[in-house]
Amino acid sequence: MKIEGKVWKFGDNIDTDVIIAARYLVTSDPKELARHIMEDMDPEFSTKVQPGDIIVAGKNFGCGSSREHAPIAIKEAGIACIIAESFARIFFRNAFNTGLLIFESPEAARSIQEGNIVSIEVETGKITDKTAGATFAAAPIPQFMKDLIDAGGLMPYVLKKRLKN
Amino acid sequence: MGQTITEKILAAHSGKDSVTPGELITVKIDLALANDITAPISIKLFEEAQVESVFDPDKIALVPDHFVPNKDIKSAIQTQILRQFARKHKITHFFELGEMGVEHALLPEQGIVLPGDIVVGADSHTCTYGALGAFATGMGSTDIAAAMITGEVWLKVPESIKFVYSGQLRKWVTGKDLILYTIGDIGVDGALYRTMEFTGDTIEALGMSDRMTIATMAIEAGAKNGIIAPDETTRSYVESRAKRQYKFYQSDPDARYIEVKTYDASQIEPQVAFPHLPENTRGISDAGNVPIDQAVIGSCTNGRLEDLRLAAEVLKGRTIDPRVRLIIIPATPTIYRQAMEEGLFDIFLKAKAIISPPTCGPCLGGHMGVLAPGERAIATTNRNFIGRMGHPGSEVYLSNPAVAAASAILGRIGGPEEL
Repeated sequence: MKIEGKVWKFGDNIDTDVIIAARYLVTSDPKELARHIMEDMDPEFSTKVQPGDIIVAGKNFGCGSSREHAPIAIKEAGIACIIAESFARIFFRNAFNTGLLIFESPEAARSIQEGNIVSIEVETGKITDKTAGATFAAAPIPQFMKDLIDAGGLMPYVLKKRLKN
Repeated sequence: MGQTITEKILAAHSGKDSVTPGELITVKIDLALANDITAPISIKLFEEAQVESVFDPDKIALVPDHFVPNKDIKSAIQTQILRQFARKHKITHFFELGEMGVEHALLPEQGIVLPGDIVVGADSHTCTYGALGAFATGMGSTDIAAAMITGEVWLKVPESIKFVYSGQLRKWVTGKDLILYTIGDIGVDGALYRTMEFTGDTIEALGMSDRMTIATMAIEAGAKNGIIAPDETTRSYVESRAKRQYKFYQSDPDARYIEVKTYDASQIEPQVAFPHLPENTRGISDAGNVPIDQAVIGSCTNGRLEDLRLAAEVLKGRTIDPRVRLIIIPATPTIYRQAMEEGLFDIFLKAKAIISPPTCGPCLGGHMGVLAPGERAIATTNRNFIGRMGHPGSEVYLSNPAVAAASAILGRIGGPEEL
């Protein structure tokens, strides 16, 4: 599978309060959440972002609150994947559990500029910045996480395993 | 090779003699918890999975504490989802208003989390329970939905960083200042994916309240868990509360740490974290002139009785600056009653503070003290991210309860010694 999209660039330590503010957590409806994505940093973001776009960010993306509403809102807004220097631990788990694709590559995160067109081969983690003509390798996805993806997420994985037992 | 306290707890819950950092394991949990924001997603997933029952109704805690007493119709519906699920599945630890408190203050107080436990919660501050010598970590709603079905979670065994604090704390310096100072030192991703093990004579001399304050904020350094070895202080806290067996684990002298950080705690002054990250810390003497509009004393980090006593010590016989709103939030009904019986409410009310019912409330900009554009608050809470307490153009400064109380009196950020 190959993803290709336009890049929106963010800095270090993008916290989940900024991704989706707590005042909107009176619902878990993905559509409603997606309307307020990144609002406190860029009130227009939800109207500018197009399906298939890619977020590129610095270190510790998704730090702070454990709210799964954050990856849910990002996915619903149409973001195809996130490339970051590093991800906060809970966000990392939540992304896999909710089926949001994430890639860790400090080199790509630092080099890729906003507005660039980037493609990613999901299986290999090969990242190509088509605008700048540069390629990067994302950290390989651990086998266990691949198994989760193959099963369709954590819940199907757990339920399948339970049936087997 | 010796094992750390974290490794021992993880090994004991995964049926192994020992575990190694980096290893993927499946552990049996002692408690899974979620709140009125995170549980509705878990419950929806649980119901979609068409599983008949939870793995153990005694090992799930549902605490509606974030937007309660319900601030609007939507938040009332979220609490209703928890209530209906709790009744249907006979969940033992569901807390209705009147018994409900801020989850991470409430569950240790009620003896529901205990030393040696593995606790997973759909709330990032679940790491609080490390103060009891438990392995406790925050996760998302899907992880908790799966845990409610199976009673298990998968974990990657974390590397541990050992933090050693020595020396006697100065007056007005608390656990909050130690953890803010530490986060200021290592940064908000300084312990990413790792365990923060807090040790040293300074930690041993702290009461459980300060230890919980330290452990709550391990997540603010990116840690998977924070942990403090249980001792006699822990024992006297848990023995009257526990209704089941618990176990004390200790790190071996030859346990392996990826890093050891040492601090002379006697040299640390009260800390303030400036906007918009908990790592932007300064000593109170370097705070400069920062006028404030609001002060908040409460939350899972600093809403316990000891925190309220400290605030009262500063506020006694004084009134706050008329330009400041001081909101005090006892974290649980028990704390509320104790504070009232000790006469703390009289001090607070004479100082012109307002006393809120237990709730997370303004900590996450929910209700009970949300900020307008351009407003500044000093708060004993745990996060000062953009828009955390209200409008994205507002600011939050983090401190201990004594500094928050003193700042409310001064009308600007300052310590009790300035009064």
